[in-house]
Amino acid sequence: MTDAQDLRRRTAELLAAHPPATTDRLEFLRARFDAGLAWVHFPAGLGGLDAPRSLQAVVDAELAAAGAPDNDPGRIGIGLGMAAPTVLRFGTDEQKQRFLRPLWTGEEVWCQLFSEPGAGSDLAALATRAVRDDEGGWVVDGQKVWTSSAHLARWAILIARTDPDVPKHRGISYFICDMTDPGVEVRPLRQITGEAEFNEVFLTGVRIPDAHRLGAVGEGWKVAQTTLMNERVAIGGSRIPREGGMIGVAAADWRARPALRTHDLHQRLLKLWVDAEVARLTGERLRQQLTKGQPGPEGSGMKLAFARLAQEISGWEVEFLAEDGLTYDDWTMRRPDGVDFTGREAGYRYLRAKGNSIEGGTSEVLLNIVAERVLGLPPEPRTDKDVAWKDLPR
Amino acid sequence: MTAETRPSAAPTPDPDLLYSEDEDALRDAVRSLLADRSDPATVLAGLESDVPYDTGLWRALATGIGTAGLLVPEKLGGAGASTREAAVVMEELGRSVAPVPYLTSAVIAVTALLALDHDREEVATPLAALAEGRTVGVLALPLPTAPGGLPEPAVRADPAGVLTGRVTSVADVAAAELLLVLAQGPDGPELHAVEAAADGVRTEAVTPLDLTRPLGHLTLDGARGRLLAAGDRARAAVERALLTGAGLLASEQLGVAEWCLTETVRHTAERTQFGRPVGSFQALKHRMAALWLEVASARAAARNAADALATGSPDAAVAVAVAQAYCAPVAVRAAEECVQLHGGIGMTWEHPAHLFLKRAKSDELALGSPGRHREALAGLVGLDAP
Repeated sequence: MTDAQDLRRRTAELLAAHPPATTDRLEFLRARFDAGLAWVHFPAGLGGLDAPRSLQAVVDAELAAAGAPDNDPGRIGIGLGMAAPTVLRFGTDEQKQRFLRPLWTGEEVWCQLFSEPGAGSDLAALATRAVRDDEGGWVVDGQKVWTSSAHLARWAILIARTDPDVPKHRGISYFICDMTDPGVEVRPLRQITGEAEFNEVFLTGVRIPDAHRLGAVGEGWKVAQTTLMNERVAIGGSRIPREGGMIGVAAADWRARPALRTHDLHQRLLKLWVDAEVARLTGERLRQQLTKGQPGPEGSGMKLAFARLAQEISGWEVEFLAEDGLTYDDWTMRRPDGVDFTGREAGYRYLRAKGNSIEGGTSEVLLNIVAERVLGLPPEPRTDKDVAWKDLPR
Repeated sequence: MTAETRPSAAPTPDPDLLYSEDEDALRDAVRSLLADRSDPATVLAGLESDVPYDTGLWRALATGIGTAGLLVPEKLGGAGASTREAAVVMEELGRSVAPVPYLTSAVIAVTALLALDHDREEVATPLAALAEGRTVGVLALPLPTAPGGLPEPAVRADPAGVLTGRVTSVADVAAAELLLVLAQGPDGPELHAVEAAADGVRTEAVTPLDLTRPLGHLTLDGARGRLLAAGDRARAAVERALLTGAGLLASEQLGVAEWCLTETVRHTAERTQFGRPVGSFQALKHRMAALWLEVASARAAARNAADALATGSPDAAVAVAVAQAYCAPVAVRAAEECVQLHGGIGMTWEHPAHLFLKRAKSDELALGSPGRHREALAGLVGLDAP
């Protein structure tokens, strides 16, 4: 088994052979991947060394101390967090060899084509169709929505309906879609904040070779569960300081603007401060459990708490700012590189926070998940489970 | 940076928020004792008898398992554990609303004595007796007294240590053999030990909202006290006792909330109306899921307070204020949801839900209401009032 000492030795060898100061960024990242130091828990030959995931921190710390370039994980989050684990679990050897290295180095950006205008919380009801062509490949038609990075992406993970005659969960297949295909059209989707973080993606006669299918035909829902599960694993990674995040902004406002203080706002701020501190401690407790290898169910609830707090605190802040709360920094349509929930001004933060209880699973759906999977409460009776997709009301 | 804009936070503390193996083992022992001797039906029956306390249960808990001495070092006759372990006992006592004077005697009175000069016989002897569970002691202050909010003592001490005055709403005073009395002496505050059986000591029972934690008014009419400490030392000991009591009360509130959620989930999964379990309706399950998140959060807040008190962290005052401000309303909400989601049966005397509601509501007032703790926090973290 690879241990921390072994990883330090390998990291030192990488740094000696490719000194960051004199090595091209991309060349260094490729060398790091080939040395198995990209994601150490991945298999050897695919950027890893079959080491425990927790040891990645050892490598990252050594490389950061040496001033080595990183792969700008914020820019390629969907590739790293969602596409990679799915390709690793369900991909063929050829697919893993082809896709994982440029995904990790950031040479190829990925996006996710899951949600549709008619399939949000009920994702399995999706209507994008994939039909076999004469050569055994697939032709895809449909519309996807809320796609971040689509305008930058080289590849997409895509789920589409391959069999409308069976119940919805069973007729879906999972593909890797070439975003440079002439049938792919990406349009910015402007949000209530004025900017467009996301896109709509129109798929018209898009051709996908069968070699770019992940998992068996009709098994796409199962494959997608891996993708979505990994989206949730990301929570609880690092320690947040007290007054980190949105409450820090509100507390700083309060301290800086004594003239705006009222008793009512003071009472509410103190309540929010307590809630934010307790949410931080709950996340910290989850992190401690994960470190000890005893993951608790708290993770399912963290997003609920985060969304509610972000919304309440940002709403408080706009109100606190009085006259300044009536203004907005800029409505110009723009395409930001990423998203910063605590960035820009109070009005932006207030509006952007509205998305926190919708994106990545609405709070209502998360409450169902907690109730049914954590508390074991009986599910709602379902009328759609055994009905062919084509016969469902839409 | 000016004082106005300076962030409150020193480096964020690094508490251990989990339970150790020893703590889990202690929990198992306490839980199995309470399951045997203090299930809700037994508690309810006991309340309707004339004996407000289950002395057999207290002996088994305090002396048998040895929980009374958890906070006391071994050389002083205790078990040499800490508030982390005592917090686990408090969680279990909250889950069973057992009528035993653990918070008042083994946490608050013990902490007050520990903060005094225990080389002195007058301190060491009662401390050892409390630690072994042989004696029940209480700090004679009204139950709502918050840390940091000590009022002018209601009792006067003359130069000979003779005490006169009246203290209202003292929890567990009827069970106490030893009273720790904060009095105003000729030169400032003094802390005295008074035998409950001594001449000039009178207690009258109050009909409490929470039947599982009896209250009484204490009247001292020329009672003789033994002086334990005077001045700042006396005041600091009482403050430390109240802070520790408030911090560990959060764990009791967590236990109360946990029982309420568990029973509500159990009931709604079984109770059938409209041809399906009522717990399958989203209107109900969303409420229970939201409560689950609050209970999980209360656990983190309560563990944080217990750990900060155990390690002597400079953050203890903040940790306790946060835990009380958060956990007290969670326990109340859990108990109120428990009554509501049980429907008619939740409103009956026969079902134990009301015991938890009364404990939760009374706990909300005990050792400082949530609003008082938020007020304290404002000063501690630099969010000054207008």
